Amino acid sequence: MGVEATAPASLQEVINWARKNSVWPVTFGLACCALEMMVASSSTYDIARFGAEVFRPSPRQADLMIVAGTVTRKMAPMLKRIYEQMPEPKWVIAYGACACSGGIFQTYNVVQGVDQIIPVDVYVPGCPPRPEGLLKGIITLQEKIAVEPAGQRKLVSLPWGNNG
Amino acid sequence: MDSGMVGNLLKETFPEAVLKIEDFRGETSVTVDAGKIRKIMAFLKESEKLCYDLLLDLAGVDFNDRTPRFMIAYMLHSTKFNNKLRIKTTVAEGVSLDTVSDIWLAANWMEREVFDMLGIIFNNHPNLIRILLTDDFVGHPLRKDFPVKGLDFDKPLQVCLEEEQ
Repeated sequence: MGVEATAPASLQEVINWARKNSVWPVTFGLACCALEMMVASSSTYDIARFGAEVFRPSPRQADLMIVAGTVTRKMAPMLKRIYEQMPEPKWVIAYGACACSGGIFQTYNVVQGVDQIIPVDVYVPGCPPRPEGLLKGIITLQEKIAVEPAGQRKLVSLPWGNNG
Repeated sequence: MDSGMVGNLLKETFPEAVLKIEDFRGETSVTVDAGKIRKIMAFLKESEKLCYDLLLDLAGVDFNDRTPRFMIAYMLHSTKFNNKLRIKTTVAEGVSLDTVSDIWLAANWMEREVFDMLGIIFNNHPNLIRILLTDDFVGHPLRKDFPVKGLDFDKPLQVCLEEEQ
């Protein structure tokens, strides 16, 4: 057990509070859902209110992957690689029916739900979901992050490993 | 030259290879013998009177219950005379067809797509590998006997990255 895992609950709350208010998504749009994701960052919907407006072009700087759109089987290795390149702690929102379950594409070339490849924290259904859906998804994720216990998320940048 | 007269010119030049000439609403379709496809295509492109210098599309069709089973359609366009021509040919299952990718370079990827989706082999193609689907895909999905959901639809997808191996 690492040093940080024994930290008092109040410190963990501080860490969670900092994390949940600066969830930076990686720029990752696959299909039409990505357009709704872009609209969510416009002034009308203003994703910046939740500290998630900084879409990073590099997965190395991102905390959140919004899988927005249809995941084809050919895209699946790239998606997994981008996820693996993101530093811990990291979260995933499956945005739209295709990312959740394959949607209308019950075919040979579409992954039937991105959770077959990477772990998903929040599912946002819809085809495509409105930008409010994404905002609700981010709020739900923030509520989830706020109560995460110590030791649940790896932090590889610290030498003692798990720190919650 | 007007596209309606192209059929007659082809019939004069290749009397035994031209099987059928159709005219429908100003569109001309010529069905030709698959064995002579390269000679006819080279003629259509090189001839001064025709000059079909642009290959718009190359597509395959699976008729499943017909014999021969497959049809390949070439959509040609002449930028000089501004008209279009459709060339059709039929291919049986397991029979290969000569490539036209050295006549029009655009045919390279189109023939790869037809190979990928229907499994038709093009002789002398420089790089006949899958273009749309993954390299390890089994089957040719635009064939009518291919299940729409694929062969392993109900199994979870395993993704193994190169660096994990």
